Amino acid sequence: MIEAFFNIEIMKAAWPIVLTGLWNTILLSLIVVPLGLLGGLILALLASIKHPLVRWPLMAWVDFFRAFPPLVLLVLLFAGLPFAGLELGGFACVAIAFFLNTGSYYGEIFRAGIDSVPAGQVEAARSTGLSRMQSMRYVVLPQAVRNVMPDLLSNTLEVVKLTSLGSVVAVPELLYEARQAQSITYNPTPIVMAAVIYFLLLWPLVRLLSRLENRALAGRH
Amino acid sequence: MTSHIVDARAIHKHFGTLHVLKGVDLKVDERELVFVIGPSGSGKSTLLRCLNRLEEPSSGSIMVDGIDMLDPRTNINHARRRIGMVFQSFNLYPHMTALGNVMLALRKVAGKSRGEAESLAHAALKRVGLADRADHTPGQLSGGQQQRVAIARSIALEPRVMLFDEPTSALDPELVGSVLEVMRDLRESGMTMIVVSHEMGFARNAADRVVFMDDGLIVEQGPPGAIFENPAHERTRAFIGQIQRH
Ligand SMILES: Nc1ncnc2c1ncn2[C@@H]1O[C@H](COP(=O)(O)OP(=O)(O)OP(=O)(O)O)[C@@H](O)[C@H]1O
Ligand SMILES: [Mg+2]
Repeated sequence: MIEAFFNIEIMKAAWPIVLTGLWNTILLSLIVVPLGLLGGLILALLASIKHPLVRWPLMAWVDFFRAFPPLVLLVLLFAGLPFAGLELGGFACVAIAFFLNTGSYYGEIFRAGIDSVPAGQVEAARSTGLSRMQSMRYVVLPQAVRNVMPDLLSNTLEVVKLTSLGSVVAVPELLYEARQAQSITYNPTPIVMAAVIYFLLLWPLVRLLSRLENRALAGRH
Repeated sequence: MTSHIVDARAIHKHFGTLHVLKGVDLKVDERELVFVIGPSGSGKSTLLRCLNRLEEPSSGSIMVDGIDMLDPRTNINHARRRIGMVFQSFNLYPHMTALGNVMLALRKVAGKSRGEAESLAHAALKRVGLADRADHTPGQLSGGQQQRVAIARSIALEPRVMLFDEPTSALDPELVGSVLEVMRDLRESGMTMIVVSHEMGFARNAADRVVFMDDGLIVEQGPPGAIFENPAHERTRAFIGQIQRH
């Protein structure tokens, strides 16, 4: 048992490979999370224009990319785009797929946050002469983000987990590297290492999320 | 050219099939305090909100301080600087301090530097008696204090007209006085004010004119004494009898 899953010799040998994977997972997260947040913010701001010509295409867009399995989307981009004459690497495909998929999720969260800010806030802001955009930026968004912080964090947690999908299109992130190491060593220990690292990476976020959720509950006197 | 600082004519407002304002004319002189009363749903708030175009009138014309509020070429954000508005529910920004609430439009609309905005905001808070609460957030203030910060937020922009929509209705009775005192102060400084409220005592002491609205129309108007003691219309009489019983 120990020989198979917690083999110290193999850990030593696999460590540099797994470490590379860890850095790439962090790097990937640092790219796809802001990208998703940005996409989500754009979607939510567009949704705040309550014009039917904006609203319906937007709803279709968000629904489509939320219903589409991210793994299928990723494989489709990776395998399909070259046939459209577009040769993107795995990394770029992951970035695009995440922008489309997680952007839609973040978008719904931001939208709920914006809706949670009472209309009187905007009226007060507009009555002092602030423009629509200024009211959004200085009055609505800060409150909206604060109101949905737990959801944003929870979605971010999911996004970081989803970066392991990159392994499917040969992006050398943590899972991919661990499997490389496994195939070299003929031993599952590197996979166990990856699992432990994922846990150590995400656990602080989970703790933070719990605290935020408890505080949100307590704040609802 | 009109000599009235507010000159609204034939204002109609529809919400779908609901006809809420049915041709309201309202002229207000500079330094005048006009008090608006009327039953719930008579259109008082809608009228106020049309004056600064928070609500888009269906038809009519509105001039405020010589600016045509309904002209599409009018920069509405500039125009609104001249029209302060105070809401029943205060609507302070909960994520900012009292000072931050007052500073925001000074910075972003009036274009003041940080230092300038800060000293103007302090002066406005001092005027409403809250110089020592500048660093408190709305959640740390009483309702009366919140409403006074909201008044400071408006007056800091040096408006030509102030609109009050039931400024004391959400307050505990013992906090009403502090807000009315600030309003009386403003009036003495010469501010033009349109006040929707049920505070009849305040109306008697401070109003130049009382306007009675019912069902989307101004039914009658005149000096407080005349409207309260000797209304010409049955509907006015019934309404005043009703609120005085409370
Ligand atoms: N945004 C809106 N959409 C639809 N109907 C509205 C809207 N705002 C106001 N109304 C309706 O217009 C009518 C007049 O409302 P308004 O708020 O102006 O009355 P009010 O005189 O201020 O009453 P109150 O004393 O209760 O504040 C009411 O029937 C109200 O339901
Ligand atoms: Mg009202």
